[in-house]
Amino acid sequence: MGTFSTNEFKAGLKVMLDNDPCAILTNEYVKPGKGQAFNRVKLRNLKTGRVIERTFKSGDTLDAADVIDLEVQYLYNDGELWYFMNQENYEQYMAGEKAMEDTAQWIKGEELCTMTLWNGAPLTVSPPNFVVLEISDTDPGIRGDTATGGSKPAKLETGAVVKVPLFVEKGEKIRIDTRTGAYMSRA
Amino acid sequence: MKTKWQPAVSFEMLLARARLLEKLRKFMNKHGILEVETPILVDAAVSDPHIESFETALQYPGGRHIRKHFLHTSPEYAMKRLLASGSGPIYQICRVFRDNEIGKYHNPEFTMLEWYRPEYDHHQLMDELDELLQVLNFKPAQKKTYAEVFKEKTDLDPHTTALVELQKTATDYGYTAQGDERSVLLDFIFSHCVCDHLGHECPHMIYDFPVVQSALARIRHSDPPVAERFELFIHGLEIANGFHELCDAGEQKKRFVQDNLQREKSGKPEVFIDEKFIEALKYGLPPCAGVAVGVDRLLMAMHHCTDIREVIAFPVDRA
Repeated sequence: MGTFSTNEFKAGLKVMLDNDPCAILTNEYVKPGKGQAFNRVKLRNLKTGRVIERTFKSGDTLDAADVIDLEVQYLYNDGELWYFMNQENYEQYMAGEKAMEDTAQWIKGEELCTMTLWNGAPLTVSPPNFVVLEISDTDPGIRGDTATGGSKPAKLETGAVVKVPLFVEKGEKIRIDTRTGAYMSRA
Repeated sequence: MKTKWQPAVSFEMLLARARLLEKLRKFMNKHGILEVETPILVDAAVSDPHIESFETALQYPGGRHIRKHFLHTSPEYAMKRLLASGSGPIYQICRVFRDNEIGKYHNPEFTMLEWYRPEYDHHQLMDELDELLQVLNFKPAQKKTYAEVFKEKTDLDPHTTALVELQKTATDYGYTAQGDERSVLLDFIFSHCVCDHLGHECPHMIYDFPVVQSALARIRHSDPPVAERFELFIHGLEIANGFHELCDAGEQKKRFVQDNLQREKSGKPEVFIDEKFIEALKYGLPPCAGVAVGVDRLLMAMHHCTDIREVIAFPVDRA
């Protein structure tokens, strides 16, 4: 796939570091007046999501990572794998538990997700930033109490548990920000 | 895309720059230091293996003689030729050019204030620089040795710690390369673990560098031997670099040869040795100290800027 030199490093570039695919977040040029030039680089490991900082000698290179992002629609889960479809060419992809780790709890079907492929295989799947889900179980609400700031746990139809305000009832649909897991509003 | 024709900075910044230049000249004048000008277009490139010159060609009318020339990266060689010819204390404020340097703290052309003091050593020159900083309303500077600040932050002695130990520390701090020489590892550790902490309460003058970082400084054969070099740091940023200057033509030539060897190793073009400069040293450079101050960075420090583009009307992307 080729290589990239430190002066080509820019946010979003996908490279291989320690055998893992990473996305470059920032690249800062550091050079003492009379000394060696370096590039201080922040990268996100696309497998673990962890942010790491490394410093390269200016001019050093990294291999490109064969990583692409696709927009796919969630179809169903067969108990073992999650099935998605590329809406442009109807190609289907199967993601395993690892790729679905943080995502499975937010989707029930038909959502448009972002799938990151590494060497053609699903690496991670990100849910839409906002989803609407039904509350399958929660303690009875305190009707009319929209003022006091209390909250209670609520179980959603997908199995996720989120904190909701006291007035929200079982059977209601609510809007969730999947990046933080926070309740936004009734839907 | 819209063409960015407007300056990148406010009128206040243009004014601040003008005022600063005025104050620098006034200070130099008051101290009896003569303003000089030397060529920007020079026929010998800098030998420093970490600095790259812009190359151009000089054409004589008629188009027959074409000679390789360079934009200077510092007025150092020419100013030392003036010193050797008996100029006395001199200063220059000029644009210098360094290729392949663009970043938050780097613009490929920048303004440098450089001055030389015959009979001074690096301590006396640090004191004069401190005086200048105080005129610009900085607090009195604090002097510390390179070894002292290095040890404070890393627990390592930069002069004696073994290469493998330096490599290990560098790797621990996220350095990816292997097999570098001592000087590069010290550069990495210093710039990543030490610099950021310097010059916050008051300006810091860091002096007596490891001999592998002597550049054009003389070496004092103490135990351990040190390079009589200093750097000024304000808000974690290197603002100035000075030397108790090397005056020995033989030693200077040796360092040029070493620079070229290192250039060869890292795949950079060999540079021709500036013989006019060597000849001047042979004739006799008076014992002296010199310092180069990055004027743009000084402006940054005075106005708490975090990007050099905040102080340059037309940084490289608008030049």
